[in-house]
Amino acid sequence: MLPLFEYTKGMREEHTSYCPGCTHGIAHRLIMEALCERGELGRAIGVVPIGCSIVAHNYMNVDMCESMHGRAPAIASGIKRVHPDNIVFTYQGDGDLASIGTGEIIHAAHRGENFTTFFINNAVYGMTGGQMAPTTLIGQKTTTTAGGRSEAANGKPLRMAEIIATIESAAFVERVSLDSPANVRKAKKATLRALETQKAGVGFSFVEFLSTCPTNWGLSPIASLEWLRTDMIPYYPLGNFKTKEIGR
Amino acid sequence: MTDNRQLLKGNEAFAEAAIAAGCRYYFGYPITPQNELTEYMSRVLPSVGGSFVQAESELAAISMAYGAAAAGGRALISSSSPGIALMQEGISFLCSANIPMVLLNVSRGGPGVGGIQPGQADYFLATRVGGIVDYHTLVYAPASIQESINILMQAYETAEKYRNPLMLLVDGMLGQMMEPVVVPDGVETIPTTDLHALNPWAVTGHRGSRERRVIRSLRLKPDELERSIEERGEKYARAEIELTSYEAIDLDGAEIVFVAFGSTSRIVKESLTALKRMRIKGGLIRPITLWPFPYRAFDGIDKRTKAVVSVELSKGQLIQDVKLGVNGRFPVKLIHRTGGMLLTPEEIVAAAKNISEVN
Ligand SMILES: Cc1ncc(C[n+]2csc(CCOP(=O)(O)OP(=O)(O)O)c2C)c(N)n1
Repeated sequence: MLPLFEYTKGMREEHTSYCPGCTHGIAHRLIMEALCERGELGRAIGVVPIGCSIVAHNYMNVDMCESMHGRAPAIASGIKRVHPDNIVFTYQGDGDLASIGTGEIIHAAHRGENFTTFFINNAVYGMTGGQMAPTTLIGQKTTTTAGGRSEAANGKPLRMAEIIATIESAAFVERVSLDSPANVRKAKKATLRALETQKAGVGFSFVEFLSTCPTNWGLSPIASLEWLRTDMIPYYPLGNFKTKEIGR
Repeated sequence: MTDNRQLLKGNEAFAEAAIAAGCRYYFGYPITPQNELTEYMSRVLPSVGGSFVQAESELAAISMAYGAAAAGGRALISSSSPGIALMQEGISFLCSANIPMVLLNVSRGGPGVGGIQPGQADYFLATRVGGIVDYHTLVYAPASIQESINILMQAYETAEKYRNPLMLLVDGMLGQMMEPVVVPDGVETIPTTDLHALNPWAVTGHRGSRERRVIRSLRLKPDELERSIEERGEKYARAEIELTSYEAIDLDGAEIVFVAFGSTSRIVKESLTALKRMRIKGGLIRPITLWPFPYRAFDGIDKRTKAVVSVELSKGQLIQDVKLGVNGRFPVKLIHRTGGMLLTPEEIVAAAKNISEVN
């Protein structure tokens, strides 16, 4: 009998410390499944960020390295120099990647680094208790924008996938969402494609996951998924922004 | 017998020695007075199976080196004072994650962007360290290009033995001058497959054949964090016994004992000869390791000594360790210049004469 659903070997059998309804767990599983399916689990080396997902190494069954806040892409660049045949990836939140680590992510793409970045955009700083991130939407209430983010005070949110896509040496850039089974399946496809891009050595690959943070959004898990659909997706359009041909 | 000496500029000699010692990964950001080192690495590393990356900032450079070293590679970082200041974030992480690395600070005058002439104003930064503290960087202060080479040849083994970053503090004078030197033959490039076995803590990919490895800095449980700090403390205590190194000259019967490191110590040595002619007997303690600092050298100072003098290119930093070493036994004085100005033997002699007459 074929099992319909089982633990992926990519995940360790641990209960995560993430809040109920947080989509970090889904993103973890997609990446680990994709590595398993491509037979790369034993060759993968991941870099975790400063943020809620610093603990990802408790759950992902691969070699992992903690990072200084925002520097994961530089660390991955160093790891990839030593192990060019391994799959190297960073997993980063939006405070980590789109704020303190903008220099590192832009220049990893600029150099056309052959690693993959998985970017979790949940529109807030999660770990520190829900402050405004560069990705916080206009009008969105956070602990540092109690009246809602205003354009006059804070500008408009950064669209990282679009920014990365303008960089010549970025080879694969896609934004996906974790709000529904259909979108999760698309996210898996993008994850696989990003890993193929890295394997082919044609340049930097980047997948942005629109994600939820029910605790800091002050919404239930279900309402969070709904808010992601009604408020985030219109500002952060889903889809592929760049695919460099992979010679086969 | 063949003479295998070559005339090399300090910065290039450091690069050549690091490669001979096994360095294969270098990440740099331009800054004077160490640019020749970065440029040398860009030319030579690719031809010995290594990698060179010009980083977008010092923050990125130290992070790349952290990644390479976490993956088991022998990485080198070089910069000068303002760049080293930025790198403190990475150095603190290296220490907390117990990752070995070799760093060169070809230092200049500060604070801020300061100037580009040689200085020793990074003494506190090197020995008291800049990140979240409760850690130490192993710090060496060679006084010649050859001594720098000799220290570099051992540096990776020492850093790996202690699983801790090791820094050479060489001022811009050593980086920029030329001296005849011998660089020993180099070690072979380590194949990445061997990194698996050589560094049983490095992230290499588990190949399904062992438990996953994690390079960690975060320790959220206070008792766990405290334990890791105490364990590191034990290794630092070992380093104090095993690594402390200094040179002591003419302490016997010395009227004045100078304490100086690096290029400054060479100027002091010249002054000793001049003082001898004036019948003032001077001695010198030259710390070779700045951390661990050779406090025990001060036990060798003659009871008849009138004063111990810290001679430094900084505004009274080394003198703090001199006072700890002297521990109230002798008056302690300071001779210094800052800003990239150098001390001349004449200046030192005049100051020493003054001290000798007053005391
Ligand atoms: C240098 C430094 N600055 C600030 C912090 C505090 N801090 C911890 S996690 C974090 C950011 C978390 O936000 P995000 O990247 O959006 O990830 P999330 O937690 O939402 O997954 C910050 C600022 C830190 N640990 N280090």
